[in-house]
Amino acid sequence: MLNPSSGNTVIKSKLIGRRMFLLTAAKAVVMVGIIGRLVSLQINERTKYKTLSDKNRFREWKLAPERGVIKDFFDKEIASNEQVYQVHLIPENSKDIEKLFVRLKTILNLTDKRLFYLKRVIAKQKPWEPIIVSDNITWSEFSRLNLFLHELEGIKPVVSVARMYPDNSSAHILGYVSQVSSKDLETKKYLKDLHVPGMSIGKTGLERKLDEKIIGKIGFQRYEVNAYGKRVKQIQINAGQAGESYKTTLDFEVQKYTNKLLEDKAAAVCVMDVYNGDIVSMVSSPTFEPNEFVHGLEKNYWNSLIKNELRPLTNKTISGLYPPGSTIKTLVALSALENGVIKPLDTFRCKGKIELYGEKFHCWEKDGHGIVNLRKGIQRSCDVYFYEVARKLGVDRLSETAKKFGLGKKALDGFIEERAGVVPNTKWKKKFIGQNWYLGETLHSGIGQGYFQSTPLQLCLMTAQIANGGFEIKPRIIFDEKNNRLRDYIKYKNENPNDPLPTDLLLSNFELKPLFKNQEHINLIKDAMFSSSNEPGGTSYRHRWENKKFTFAGKTGSSQIKRFTEAQREAEVKQESLPYKDRDHALFVAFAPYNNPQYAISVLVEHGGSGGKAAAPIAKKVIKKVLERHELRKKINSLIGETV
Amino acid sequence: MFRSRSIQSSLSIKDKILSIDYILVISIFILGLTSILAMYSTDGGEFKYHTNSHILRFFVFFGMFFVVSFIQIRFWHSQSYLIYILFFILLLGVKYFGLTSSGSKRWLDLYFMNLQPSELMKIGLILFLAKYYHRISIENINQIRFLFLPVVVLISPIILVATQPDLGTSLLIAAGGITVAWLAGVRVKFFAISGFAFLALLPIAISFLKPYQKSRILTFLNPERDPLGAGYQIIQSKIAIGSGGLFGKGFLQGSQSYLDYLPEKHTDFIFTLFSEEFGFFGSLFILLLYALIVWRIIKIGNVTRSNFGKLYCYSFATAFFIYVVVNMMMVLGLLPIVGSPLPIMSYGGSSMMAIMLGLGIAMSCKIYKDTPVN
Repeated sequence: MLNPSSGNTVIKSKLIGRRMFLLTAAKAVVMVGIIGRLVSLQINERTKYKTLSDKNRFREWKLAPERGVIKDFFDKEIASNEQVYQVHLIPENSKDIEKLFVRLKTILNLTDKRLFYLKRVIAKQKPWEPIIVSDNITWSEFSRLNLFLHELEGIKPVVSVARMYPDNSSAHILGYVSQVSSKDLETKKYLKDLHVPGMSIGKTGLERKLDEKIIGKIGFQRYEVNAYGKRVKQIQINAGQAGESYKTTLDFEVQKYTNKLLEDKAAAVCVMDVYNGDIVSMVSSPTFEPNEFVHGLEKNYWNSLIKNELRPLTNKTISGLYPPGSTIKTLVALSALENGVIKPLDTFRCKGKIELYGEKFHCWEKDGHGIVNLRKGIQRSCDVYFYEVARKLGVDRLSETAKKFGLGKKALDGFIEERAGVVPNTKWKKKFIGQNWYLGETLHSGIGQGYFQSTPLQLCLMTAQIANGGFEIKPRIIFDEKNNRLRDYIKYKNENPNDPLPTDLLLSNFELKPLFKNQEHINLIKDAMFSSSNEPGGTSYRHRWENKKFTFAGKTGSSQIKRFTEAQREAEVKQESLPYKDRDHALFVAFAPYNNPQYAISVLVEHGGSGGKAAAPIAKKVIKKVLERHELRKKINSLIGETV
Repeated sequence: MFRSRSIQSSLSIKDKILSIDYILVISIFILGLTSILAMYSTDGGEFKYHTNSHILRFFVFFGMFFVVSFIQIRFWHSQSYLIYILFFILLLGVKYFGLTSSGSKRWLDLYFMNLQPSELMKIGLILFLAKYYHRISIENINQIRFLFLPVVVLISPIILVATQPDLGTSLLIAAGGITVAWLAGVRVKFFAISGFAFLALLPIAISFLKPYQKSRILTFLNPERDPLGAGYQIIQSKIAIGSGGLFGKGFLQGSQSYLDYLPEKHTDFIFTLFSEEFGFFGSLFILLLYALIVWRIIKIGNVTRSNFGKLYCYSFATAFFIYVVVNMMMVLGLLPIVGSPLPIMSYGGSSMMAIMLGLGIAMSCKIYKDTPVN
């Protein structure tokens, strides 16, 4: 056995020991380093890493809330929800999207265009975000899909709810819902935290006005997911909150009835309660099918809508601007009376035309109306009489009265499609046209032509405020339990004309806003309108109701599209023989029943010719329908405290 | 000389048992139990394949540890070269008959187990060099001609392992060998020279690296470079450890591992899993156990009389420490992911076998501390 010298061994072992000491010190340093790292990760930055870990762990899927329903005055749903069958796809759960689509095409009716669109969406969003392959499939497609589901990895059949409109008669006022566009996301702040792919929002009408509240609160499902994105278990579910439901003042029955009456015409009808401003009916014709918008519009249908020259997409009741024509004569007369310019019995002689300022102004009656006073002027709608009145009154005083009665400003709140119209005066012309006012234009204004522009709803409001005795009302479309007590006041005044107001009326927040200086003037106008509709020679005499219950007082109007040439006038060309686009718009406003006014109506028929012929017959029928349903309406109004 | 021989021959079974380092044994045992807990958690709280086989391995090789411990240190000394050669032959066998898995050839199919000889080589190289430096006299240590054999013995297995390819293990094998040479007294200048040589050869070495290895090194330098690819492991590991906080998410509650965000949670990332579930204090506990084991082995080195024993124990303790810290620094994002198991904790039979063999020889140094080896 070799025996290395013991000295050598000792020196060696000392060397080993020294070097080991260095290594041990190095070990201690490394150890401290590792502990330091642990302190930094697990103590100092633990919150950061906990957040990151939760972010890994949980994934949320948003759930679209159920849209609130819109009901009519009698609680009938006019915009409701229906169950729909949808096909969702979670791309990351599918191994081969291309193959999946090929298989899907054999089951569902999917166009190549749609598939192309879907692929683009898939490429843009996160792989775990569901996309909607089809948002409304039939029951048979849905059951077929479920049958083959085992071959369709990533596909999820979903039963959801979507907007459904039972009828298209109220399409304009209700508006429609459709998919959120990127522009909507930019402009509508409330959508920011609310947006779920595939959710619909209101685009027009009430759907848009009420959108923020009707849309509801978003729900979510929170899942624990593994590293591959597979859902491990559901941690939390919040179904969200269905949107608020709204009750409107509309009468669905009247809507349907009116819509039917207006079929094939470009026309509009508004009906309003003259005391509380409740809008009973608002129909614009032709209508469109709002259900078509819910699940993505078909191009053909859209094209047919925008190409239709009757403009079905326009809500003519609030977006259509028309010269009020002779319907304004009620206000011209009222303004003249109020301003002391004329007295009711002052007369003018109508010879069929007058010449003023070097211009000829014609009356619609070529042979003239002879001696005309205020009552006859309105009854016969004598233009010459109103030329004279307007000349004396001046356009500025007329525009003041017209504005007081609601012309020239929006009658409703929150409808982006509503337009304000124009009540011209000298200042307005200077400002917007940049010219001085010509006196001849005052005469045109006096018969509602020229610069005058109004919506059918404004004319209805104007008539309602005449009908209720000249008090201001605010049109309402959303049912409101707040009673403005105007009806109570009128009723009390009718029964006790000379007594002071009862205390309950005085004490309630009743605010009477008279639009007149002397109510007698209002009564004169109402009486003249009565004669126009119910006395021989009146412009709508032919379409009166004999039955006292339905008797209405109205005023016809026709707004000129194109001025008659002298030649046409000589030849006595009839409106019916003109090309459609050149015919006058026919207008009619009225209130009923005459003795105890409840409702005001305005009817517009685009290019209908004369108001008496085209608009009054429609008004006649609608008035009957509305009054027949008055008792039902009264019941509900009495429930909320109106004296009826 | 005679005295020592008589002491050795007079050691009774009782003496041997009494001279066992119980702190070391208990530390190993507690670490083993802890590793079983962690493995049970990786199986999602069930006794499944990994847990069961880990338990079996731990107890089998823990038994082997005792057997190795009671074999005389003389035997280990005398057979050191042979053991090295045997392991080297196994490594060569891998090259020709090895099993390939996920792109690298590391295993030999021994029917009852898949053996990874590179793990055993970690011990084999330390044994070889410990004996070599024990035998040559102090004057010769820094002679160039006496440096030739160690370099060959060191480089050969490293090249074999690195070309499997298994960069991590080859570096760890090298670490053990270099430690022995350093402790034996090889001058700093030789390390410096070979260090420079290594740096000079690095570009050539890098050209031999597989793309995934290059990517790992680049990713270590900037984990966010590829957050869903190679950097993913480091990021997720840091999230898991950091989110454990002070007390951890609770046993079986580690969402990162449970939801499969942690890669290789049985093997390289077992510490991450434990750290996520038991927090900072859990991590400290593991660290403490490893520190204890390393300290006890160094302690054995101090008391053992032969320079072979000292060299072996110090080198093994250092190598063991390096295995631990490399793994930890890797999962803590301080080193690139090179693939190195955490001793005892990680799933893997060959690693367990090699570590138990190493610990057993260290314990043999303790039991036969006064026995001369030659």
